[in-house]
Amino acid sequence: MKTITIDPITRLEGHGKISIFLDDAGNVANAYLQVPELRGFEQFCVGRPVEEMPRITTRICGVCPEAHMMASAKACDAVYHIDLPRTARMLRELLYVIFYVTDHATHFYALGGPDFVMGPDAPAAQRNILGVVHKVGVEIGRKVIGMRGACHELIKMMGGKAVHPIGAMPGGMSKGLSREERDEVVKVGKEAVEFGKFSIGLFNQIVLGNKAYVDLILSDSFTHRTYNMGLVDEHNHVNFYDGDVRVTGPDGAEHAKFKPADYLEYIVEHVEPWSYLKFPVLRKIGWQGLVDGPESGIYKATPLSRLNVSDGMATPLANEEHDRMYKTLGGKPVHQTLATHWARLIELLYAAERWIELAGDPEITGPEHRVVPDKTPDEGVAVVEAPRGTLFHHYKTDKNGIVQEANLIVGTTNNNGAINLSVKKAATDFIKNGEVNDGVLNIVEMAFRAYDPCFGCATHAWPGQAPMHVRVYDHGGTLVRDLKR
Amino acid sequence: MAKPKFAVYWAASCGGCEIAFLDIREKILDFDAAADLVFCPCIMDTKYKDIEAMADGEIDVTLFNGGIRNEENLHIARLLRQKSKTLVAFGSCASEGCIPGLANLTTREEILDYVYHRSPSVEPGNDVVPQMVTDTPEGRLTLPAMHEVLKPLDQVVDVDYRMTGCPPVAEQIWAVAEAALTGKLPPKGSLVGVNPKTVCDECKRTKEEKKIKSFRRPHLVDPRSIDPQKCLLEQGIICNGPAIHAGCGALCPQVNLGCRGCYGPAEGIQDVGAKLAGAIGSIIDSDDPAEIEKIVAEIVDPVGTFYRFGLAGSLVGRRLK
Repeated sequence: MKTITIDPITRLEGHGKISIFLDDAGNVANAYLQVPELRGFEQFCVGRPVEEMPRITTRICGVCPEAHMMASAKACDAVYHIDLPRTARMLRELLYVIFYVTDHATHFYALGGPDFVMGPDAPAAQRNILGVVHKVGVEIGRKVIGMRGACHELIKMMGGKAVHPIGAMPGGMSKGLSREERDEVVKVGKEAVEFGKFSIGLFNQIVLGNKAYVDLILSDSFTHRTYNMGLVDEHNHVNFYDGDVRVTGPDGAEHAKFKPADYLEYIVEHVEPWSYLKFPVLRKIGWQGLVDGPESGIYKATPLSRLNVSDGMATPLANEEHDRMYKTLGGKPVHQTLATHWARLIELLYAAERWIELAGDPEITGPEHRVVPDKTPDEGVAVVEAPRGTLFHHYKTDKNGIVQEANLIVGTTNNNGAINLSVKKAATDFIKNGEVNDGVLNIVEMAFRAYDPCFGCATHAWPGQAPMHVRVYDHGGTLVRDLKR
Repeated sequence: MAKPKFAVYWAASCGGCEIAFLDIREKILDFDAAADLVFCPCIMDTKYKDIEAMADGEIDVTLFNGGIRNEENLHIARLLRQKSKTLVAFGSCASEGCIPGLANLTTREEILDYVYHRSPSVEPGNDVVPQMVTDTPEGRLTLPAMHEVLKPLDQVVDVDYRMTGCPPVAEQIWAVAEAALTGKLPPKGSLVGVNPKTVCDECKRTKEEKKIKSFRRPHLVDPRSIDPQKCLLEQGIICNGPAIHAGCGALCPQVNLGCRGCYGPAEGIQDVGAKLAGAIGSIIDSDDPAEIEKIVAEIVDPVGTFYRFGLAGSLVGRRLK
C-alpha cells in the first residue's frame, strides 16, 4: 500500500469538507467547500456493452438511480438513433415522475426540512427526520413513510427493483404496464397529488408563516445573482424527462437554448487543485473565478433554476403555486437560494399531477413498450433533469455498441461553483470576530443544503447530505477552531 | 436497560444502502423504539468527534457500506472497527466491491487522466489535477489520496458478517436488524440476509434442459419474442442466476432482464466469474470448436458481465499489468 502524506485532522468521515480562513480581525478571508472523492465511472464504463450502461451508471447514486438510468437509456437511444414509440416514452416519464415525488419528499422531510421544522440552531441530535416525527406527530411521519414506500413499490413494479431499478433500456422499457397495474398507479397517484398539496401547506405554515425564516430566505446572505439552467418543453414549461436546455441570465433574459447533443458548445468544466469535483461554467463566458454576476460563467441548476428558466408549470395546481411563489418573492428570476426548498415542493406537486396525466392516457398500457434498434450505433448525448440539476450522459461506441468513451456531467456538479459561493457568503456574514458556534455551523450547512447536493453523484461517490468539517484558521494559518459533524 | 447502539456508515458508496434501509418503512419507527441510531451521516447530524470520543466497542452494531477507495475510507473503516462490537460489511460494495470495483479493470492514473484531461467537457489544455496539498493565499487545503484499487471491507479490517445485495432488499435488512436486536445473529463469519441456494431456485420462470445455440443481447431481442414464463438463459439471454446467492427474490428476471449477480456468489463458490464462465460454457449445445468459438464470442463482455459485482473481491481482483 502506498503511504500517503495527509494531515490526520483532514481525514474525516464525510465526503464534503469546508475550510474557512480568517483574517487578523477574525473575519472570513476565504472559504472553500472541497469534495474529497472520485470513483472513476467514466473510465471503467469503457469496454462495457452500451445496453448495460443503464444498469451500471445507476450505481453512481443510490438516491437518484432513476435519473442515471433514464439519462443512460436515452443516451443509448441516441447512440442507436432510435425514435421511441409513444407508449415507451410515456412509461419512462411515468416512472420518472413517480421517482421525483419520493426523492423531493425525502429531501424536504429528512434532509433540508429539519432545519426549518426544528430550527436552524436546535440541538444537533434533534435536527433529523426522527426529530421531525416527534415534533409534528407520528401521523405525519407515517404519511411520509407511506408515500415514499408506495412510490418505491411502483418503481419496483415498473422497473424491477425499488432501489437501482433496471427497466429502462435502449428502445424503451423492458416490460409494459398491464391495466391492473395501471389502476394501482392511478390510485397511488391521486394520493401523491394530495400529498403534494399537503406538503406545500406544511411549508406555508412552518416556513412562510414564520417571519424569521422569511427574513432569512430573503436576506442577502443567501442570495447569488447567477445564471440558471434547466430543461423546458416546447412551451418553455418545466420538464424533467425531455426537452431543450434553457439558460437564462441573472436578469432573467435568455442566454441560450440548446439541444442536448450541443452541450459541449455551451458548457466547459474548470478544474481547481483543491477539489476532486470539477466546476462547470458557461463556455461563452468561461471561468472567471468564484464570483457571481453576469460576467461570471457560474450557473445554478436546481429546482429553483428550473422554475426560473421556465415560463411556468405544465399542470394547473403546480402552476398556481408557481405564480404564487413568484408573486410573493417579487417576480422572475428569484436568486434567493433558500427559496429552492419552496420550488422543490412545487415540483413535487407538478410531478404528482403529471403522474396522473400519464397514467390516465389510454396508450400507457399499449403493447409498444420497447423497440429493437435497427441502425448502427455510434454516438449519443442525452439529458434529463435529475432532482439536483441537469444531468448529461454522452457515449461513443464502436459499431458493435461497445462503449469507447463516456462523459458525464451530473446534477450537483453544475452547482459546484454556486455552492462554494453560498458557503463563503454565509460564512462571511455569520462568522464575525472569530466567533463560531454550532448554530453558525448549521447555518453554513443550510447554505449548501438548499441545493440538496449529492456529492456522490458529482464525484461518482456519495453523499447527499455531507457530514461536514469546518476548520477555522487565523491569518497566520494557525488552526483556531476545528468543528466536525 | 440501555438500548443497543447502531451505526450506518458509507465509504465509497452510492447511498443506495441507506435508501434501502429507509425502505423498511414503518419498521423504522420500531427500530427507533428498540435501538439508538448513533451515527448515520445520511440522515443525522451526529458529530464525528462523538464517535472518536466513544469507548472501544461502544457501538453494538455498525452496518458499513461502500468500498475502500481512498485514505479517508480506510481511516474510518479502522475507527469503526475499533468502536464496534459487531461490524457488518453491508451491501455489495463493502462485501465484494460491487460496480465501483470495476474500476480495478483500469488504473487510478487512467481515471484521473480521463476526468481532468481527456474529457471533452474539460477546459481545453487544462493541466490542473487535484492535489493532496494546495497552498492558497489564505492557507493550506488538503485532499485524501485515492488508492490504486478499490477493496472490499474485509481486505482492510476484520469483518464479523457480510451481507450482500445492491442494495440489500428491505425485507432482508429488517430480518438482520431484528436478529441483531434480539441477539440471534448466527456465528461470526456468516453471510447474513440471504436465502438458501441460488437466484434460479427463487426464480418463477420454468427451467428445462439448457442447450444454447446462440446468445442474444437483451436490447436486440424483440420483446414480443420473449417467453415471459421460460428461463431467460434457455432463451439465450445471459443471466447470472445459476451461480448467484438467493436472497433478492429473483427480481430482475421478472422484468425480462437477466440477473447480474448483486447478491454475490452462491455458497461454495470461490470465484464468481470463473464459476459463471464454466456454467455458461457448459450449456453451449455444440461439439464443433469453430461453432463453440462463435457462440462464446456472442458474450460481448464476459469480465464486465460475470464479475459485474464481484471483481474486487475475486481471486485476482484487478487488472494485471
